[in-house]
Amino acid sequence: MELIIFYIFAFIVLTSAILVVSLKNTARSLFLFFVVLFAMAGLFIFAFADFIAITQILVYVGGVLILMIFAFMLSNKQLLEDLQNTSKKFLSLPNWQSLLVAIGFLVVMSYGIFEWQEHTPRWITENIHKGAVIGPSDNNIEELGIKFMTKYLLPFEVISLFLLAALIGAAHLSRKEDHS
Amino acid sequence: MITLTHFLLVSAALFSIGLYAVLAKRNAIMILIGIEFIINAAILNLVAFGKYDKINYGGQVFALFAIVLAAASVAVGLAIILNLYRKHQTINPEQTTDLRD
Repeated sequence: MELIIFYIFAFIVLTSAILVVSLKNTARSLFLFFVVLFAMAGLFIFAFADFIAITQILVYVGGVLILMIFAFMLSNKQLLEDLQNTSKKFLSLPNWQSLLVAIGFLVVMSYGIFEWQEHTPRWITENIHKGAVIGPSDNNIEELGIKFMTKYLLPFEVISLFLLAALIGAAHLSRKEDHS
Repeated sequence: MITLTHFLLVSAALFSIGLYAVLAKRNAIMILIGIEFIINAAILNLVAFGKYDKINYGGQVFALFAIVLAAASVAVGLAIILNLYRKHQTINPEQTTDLRD
């Protein structure tokens, strides 16, 4: 039963992601991107990461997507047109070549995953043996808060400084230039 | 019972779709969306492995860090795209061949 719901979510993610990259209309793609992110949040819940799912919805759907729609609307109608013209420069692969590369990556990674399946890392088997696995009844948010303030305090501070710097940089870049 | 393999397969497929978008699209916003797909696939992997790490919660903590990094990269990337559009009147990466004014 669990697995069926998991695969429904996975199906939504993959079909809408394929639609996002195959549709010609950028506005439709942006709104389908929304669906992909919501379904990804659903997949996170299956790994018992409820707080990550909420953050995904808050940050991506509330922030990133609105930002993208803004950028899309501040550029003009030209974006609605089909920009897919092929040219002969390096790194401007025609569609079929990029499709080939993507499918090649998928095949290699799936092969790797199926090969890897028989050799589970020792820390995973040890943790399953000890019972140190996150379960459905654990209070993740409390644990995460404690971990952020104790064990992961330095990365937390670094990431906040980084976010501050990135946002100041973005605000500076998108400012209208005054000719001084 | 959902094992690790299911999560890994879904995220591998999402990664490939993102890679296709980055390689094939001629629109900077769509390329950014492809990068977001790749980052999301990575976050799914982090979360799936983090399920087996109750002592450190490493997977979930770094998944949160990755979400923050993705948000910052989108903010800076969109600012650059807007500037590019203002200067060159196009966001096709093919046609922006110079970096200086």
